[in-house]
Amino acid sequence: MSIVRPYGDTTGDGMVQLSFTLPISSVGDQSKLAEGAAAQLAAKMGLDPALVVHAKPMGPDFTFFVVYGRVHHLVDTDQVQVVERDYPLLTPKEVNLAIRKGLRRRLTVVGACIGSDAHTVGIDAILNIKGFAGEKGLEYYRELKVVNLGAQVSVPQLVERARAEKADAVLVSQVVTQRDAHIANTREMSAAFRESYPSSRRPLLIVGGPRFDETMAEQLGVDRVFARGTTPGEVASYLTDQLVTRRGPARQEVPA
Amino acid sequence: MPPQTSPTTRTKLDLDPVTVRKARSLAQEAGRPIVELAQQHTTVSVERATLRLAGLQGADADGIPWVNRLLDAVRGDVGLEHGIALPVWDALVRGEAEDLSTLAQKASVGSVRFRLPEGRDLTRARSASAKQVGAGLRRVDARRRERDRLVKRFGDPDHQPWIYLIVATGDIYEDMPQAQQAAREGADIIAVIRSTGQSLLDYVPEGPTREGFAGTYATQENFRLMRAALDESSKELGRYVRLTNYASGLCMPEIAALAGLERLDMMLNDSMYGILFRDINPVRTFVDQRFSRQVHARAGIVINTGEDNYLTTADAVEAAHTVTVSQLLNEYFAKEAGLEDWQLGLGHAFEIDPEVPDSFRLELAHALLARELFPEAPLKWMPPTRHMTGDVFRGYLLDAFFNLAGMLTGQGILLVGMMTEAVVTPWLSDRDLALQNVRYVMNAAGNLAEDFHPSPDGFIAQRARQVLAESIELLERIHAHESTAPGAGPGLLAAIADGTFGLMKRPADGGRGLDGVARKAPGYFNPATDLLEAK
Repeated sequence: MSIVRPYGDTTGDGMVQLSFTLPISSVGDQSKLAEGAAAQLAAKMGLDPALVVHAKPMGPDFTFFVVYGRVHHLVDTDQVQVVERDYPLLTPKEVNLAIRKGLRRRLTVVGACIGSDAHTVGIDAILNIKGFAGEKGLEYYRELKVVNLGAQVSVPQLVERARAEKADAVLVSQVVTQRDAHIANTREMSAAFRESYPSSRRPLLIVGGPRFDETMAEQLGVDRVFARGTTPGEVASYLTDQLVTRRGPARQEVPA
Repeated sequence: MPPQTSPTTRTKLDLDPVTVRKARSLAQEAGRPIVELAQQHTTVSVERATLRLAGLQGADADGIPWVNRLLDAVRGDVGLEHGIALPVWDALVRGEAEDLSTLAQKASVGSVRFRLPEGRDLTRARSASAKQVGAGLRRVDARRRERDRLVKRFGDPDHQPWIYLIVATGDIYEDMPQAQQAAREGADIIAVIRSTGQSLLDYVPEGPTREGFAGTYATQENFRLMRAALDESSKELGRYVRLTNYASGLCMPEIAALAGLERLDMMLNDSMYGILFRDINPVRTFVDQRFSRQVHARAGIVINTGEDNYLTTADAVEAAHTVTVSQLLNEYFAKEAGLEDWQLGLGHAFEIDPEVPDSFRLELAHALLARELFPEAPLKWMPPTRHMTGDVFRGYLLDAFFNLAGMLTGQGILLVGMMTEAVVTPWLSDRDLALQNVRYVMNAAGNLAEDFHPSPDGFIAQRARQVLAESIELLERIHAHESTAPGAGPGLLAAIADGTFGLMKRPADGGRGLDGVARKAPGYFNPATDLLEAK
């Protein structure tokens, strides 16, 4: 069954709810007009019938609405595009074992928040021992060497440090998205790495943050984008898959 | 007057006064060497703040402030370690320029040579600088009296806690109407969040600004514009609406001075935040902290400390005692700098994982512990952020419990939580719903705090005692701490170097802004410090 519709209290009823603000007054005799305006917007969005169940004035110039209604759109799950996980999920023990056997040295990960972004929540959730969602962070993995540069690291600083540490992978977190700063910063970062490394020796570039789209990796010039809700275990498994399993024993230069 | 604490006739947790005294004296022992360290050093920002108090404003064509230009020129000629006042006012007394601003312009093109005056020249430079900086401090005093007058005329909020709302558009001209609207909707305090990254600028931008990232630059002109807008609101609403900004980062002393000159009412000002979360050098931070707190003390500004931040990286249950320890340290540093109890908006937050059994009881225990340890301080109560998931409905429920905990435990300043935390910057409707939430809880709970007396041996009282005991253990460990990090020495600096707070390791010889620190030479002179410490 690949066709579904929203479910309110009965299969196929198509019921949805939404809330929004309109810059119009609903004080006194304006209230009918305001509710009508909200119903019109809902109708144009495809709600039929649309029920304006709540309209509240916010000051003299704005009104907040809650609307319930039926939509007639059908969702075809066969046409949904997602980035499937294309690597096996490993436990920390399995990750450590794979690295020890396949790489015969510790795998080095350099992480940072770049640009003006001061929000280390994301990178810390992945890297700090404390971890996230009940999983320990990458610092917990014996075979991973983690260098967390923290916040507001410039791209040249990041490249320099990645070279100094002989990083196998670089993790960048971007939370602030005003004026699409996360996109611009990520592109700047990936371009800088491309410029200063021959392509065969470039570290794996990974970017993550709540507003990234996982399908954007190529556009951003990175190897992988992780969206909100990614756990440290997923990142560790991905690193192992890319840098150990797939590359095989090719990269065993000098043990660090 | 500042947010008053609800009078508690007898304490609810029945904390052992001997234990509480022990905690305070341990904090004092940990803090004293830091104060000595601060007294032995100066920084570029302390010296620039002195120039700002003396009235030097404006920037060159590239937007670099004249205080930076002048300081750099002086530092190039005679170094930083003697303080900026003697060489600068010596040049003025010698007639190199008619005023500070002309002197700065001439100095920046290299047409003035600075020297360290001696003998009668020294005396003259000393008294000229003291006179001019003293006039600046008298302006700060006048702004404080002006605040007192306005508060008397318009009045304070008639409820507890005071409601604190944030605006953050990046454009000061957009911020002003938003702030006025927020005040109309019930905000008692408006905080203008700073642009991301300002904390790492080693200069204060100039003029009104319309471009910021996730916030608006702190500038003297932006301070003035926003204070004037809120003065209008105070008049319209018949209550004095307070304004908050951030004295943090590399320019903390200068921003404190500007806040005093422009009558800001509260300032975020944490003793360790910059070290831990912005990787600013610990010595730089502690020196800048002390000066900025002396200015805040003089200006009648309420500081807000940043303990809530530890709980965004560390677990709120496991690390509860690090909040208490930081509050005790912040209290010690604040009082040493001359701040009074009513000026200590010590921070803490509602950040326990809602999945933890009895999480609300734990929150009450922690909040009540802060309340009873600092009975006269207007505590700053911060909403959940870490466990806000994007499920706005659940977030709204969490915020209601946060509000209830605030009412029950007599918090002084309540930062209003937004259900869209972690989703978007707050929408107009988010703020309206959030304020409805606060008003409902305030109205429904009424004076419930009066009836709320946790059982003396119950879960809450025991948990509070446990956190206090862990705090004492940590303070003892800090006292005895020998660091493995180079150059840290024993004590608090070593503990910071080893990641005791917020799990971040910050060695004393690392971090940003270290090159702006100098050990004071014999004969160091700063009229601002002398006047601030004289009273």
